[in-house]
Amino acid sequence: MSVLVYTENWDGKFKKLSFELVSYASKVAEMLNTTTTVLSLGTVEKSELEKLGNYGADKIINGTSDALKVYDVQAYTQAIAGVVEADGASVVILANNNAGKALAPRLSVKLKAGIGSGVSKLPVSTAPFVVYKRAFSGNAYAKVQINSEKKVLTLAQNSFDLVENNKGAAIENLNISMDAGMVKTEVVDAQKQTGKLLLNDAEIVVSGGRGMKSPDNWGPLEELADLLGAATACSRPVSDEGWRPHGEHTGQTGKIIAPNLYVAIGISGATQHLAGVSSSKYIVAINTDKDAPIFEAAQYGIVGDAQKVLPKLVDAVKESKSK
Amino acid sequence: MKVLVCISNVPDTTTKVKFVDDNKKLDTNGIQWVINPWDELSLTRALELKDDASNGIQSVTVAHVGLATAEPTIRKALAIGADDAIRVNADPNDAYFVAAQLAEVVKAEAFDLILCGIESSDYNGSNVGGMLAEFLAYPSVSAVSGLEIKDGKALINREIDGGKEVVRIATPLVAIVQKGIAKEPRIAAMRGIMMARSKQIKVVEPVGVDVLTELVNFEMPEARAACKFFDAENVAELVSSLQNEAKVI
Ligand SMILES: Cc1cc2nc3c(=O)[nH]c(=O)nc-3n(C[C@H](O)[C@H](O)[C@H](O)COP(=O)(O)OP(=O)(O)OC[C@H]3O[C@@H](n4cnc5c(N)ncnc54)[C@H](O)[C@@H]3O)c2cc1C
Ligand SMILES: Nc1ncnc2c1ncn2[C@@H]1O[C@H](COP(=O)(O)O)[C@@H](O)[C@H]1O
Repeated sequence: MSVLVYTENWDGKFKKLSFELVSYASKVAEMLNTTTTVLSLGTVEKSELEKLGNYGADKIINGTSDALKVYDVQAYTQAIAGVVEADGASVVILANNNAGKALAPRLSVKLKAGIGSGVSKLPVSTAPFVVYKRAFSGNAYAKVQINSEKKVLTLAQNSFDLVENNKGAAIENLNISMDAGMVKTEVVDAQKQTGKLLLNDAEIVVSGGRGMKSPDNWGPLEELADLLGAATACSRPVSDEGWRPHGEHTGQTGKIIAPNLYVAIGISGATQHLAGVSSSKYIVAINTDKDAPIFEAAQYGIVGDAQKVLPKLVDAVKESKSK
Repeated sequence: MKVLVCISNVPDTTTKVKFVDDNKKLDTNGIQWVINPWDELSLTRALELKDDASNGIQSVTVAHVGLATAEPTIRKALAIGADDAIRVNADPNDAYFVAAQLAEVVKAEAFDLILCGIESSDYNGSNVGGMLAEFLAYPSVSAVSGLEIKDGKALINREIDGGKEVVRIATPLVAIVQKGIAKEPRIAAMRGIMMARSKQIKVVEPVGVDVLTELVNFEMPEARAACKFFDAENVAELVSSLQNEAKVI
């Protein structure tokens, strides 16, 4: 028995998300009185793999195969399931990101393992095995009991703090033998998002809505985001209008994020918008309408005109940073 | 090519959810039920593809696993333009059950291209599409934001963590769709509504499935503390609270 956690790498590098996953997995392993195995697939340097060992891993498996050079969900599922069986893992943990959402349900069927998706806390209990998950677009939570012998969990990003605990985990190199014919996906074109901080990875997000009035008013918002080391986001009408790129739209039909701080400027706080941001640890709202629903979700608020408040906020942040 | 669009029936997104039966069941009183927004967009895209005869799409079918109470939602899909509909007559308890039923539907009628949404807005599982693909041992492509047919194969835009890819893949295939798949959902025209009345909803009985998970209960999120307001003239105080009280900047 073990807890096995799968983490992607991005061009051979891990992210904070990877370490959150390992921290979470090792706490689940502690609850079950067992060990934590980390699985990485693809080419990653030893020094990078060793970083996974800082968060409670007992064993790190570095799996490689030519068949895994293209991201084919079915092939990846087979590779991960093979390692799960060989390791005798009873709980499999993935991130609740694009990759995890693609792989976890397939693994669930392949391993006949009940799934708990989008968990943000440790299991409520392990016998019976009960987890908490988001439901109704963040308007409620569901407690789900998983009765199967094996379980699959996906962990929401930025919901679990890193726990340092280096057990000097050994790194095992594993050549995964797979039939190349199993890969059905052919990549015709690929575009990497480079440079800019990814919205899902950001710990601070500064977001603008229709109350920003015009695409030409984004200067101070971007300046504020730069000062805070934040990513920028927007409401749906703003991306629909083409004021901002589509990848920035948060909400039920956009990105679902959980940063430490979400600054909502000129956003009314419609339920569909809140569905994507209500798990933020803190929300700051700036809005001319004191009755805007966003203030019900926010901990801090300013009733005022974005055009006037934003420059002041930029100055105040600069001031506080210079101290 | 035969296309299947899987639709879930969900409370309208503005619904204020409440629970009954010791918080084990959704209080359905006064709830407006709608086609899950993603599924409406999938259906729209499937019909757009079918409109272009060169894509060689014979039919677009919708399938739903649920009780007869969901028939208005299924009728709506027919009115939008689906050719026919299949309902698996069961009250599903989890995604695994739903996917197992849909797999039988696909096997029975040999669909080539199956579209599922990235998540239902009620249980937020993001599970059915991937599970269905694994039950069928079909390839799946997730986070699909664009779909075309070229030379009998699917040409797909997908989002991956940290980028985008265009992939080519042969059918049979499960595509799990998200934002971008279609611009606006297609709206039922009068003619479609009239035609939908005469279309049959084929009802099939469920197969037995092992129960892997059960719902213990629902809980409402903890109420947030009331918002603390700062004067628009004194934003420095807000900055100081974010630094010293919330400790987030
Ligand atoms: C099925 C469905 C899915 C949807 N999904 C999403 C989604 O994922 N994400 C999303 O965002 N929306 C989504 N929507 C749309 C959503 O319902 C709202 O229409 C949208 O979020 C409103 O955007 P907004 O707050 O920018 O604009 P508005 O609602 O127009 O609000 C603008 C706000 O700015 C304030 N304001 C005006 N002037 C100023 C000023 N000078 N300074 C400061 N404040 C000012 C106003 O008081 C108001 O509160 C969805 C809708 C549907 C039906
Ligand atoms: N009861 C159902 N009947 C048919 N399709 C469903 C059902 N539930 C979910 N789906 C499909 O699976 C997708 C994802 O749902 P979920 O896994 O519940 O988040 C939906 O967008 C639908 O395409």
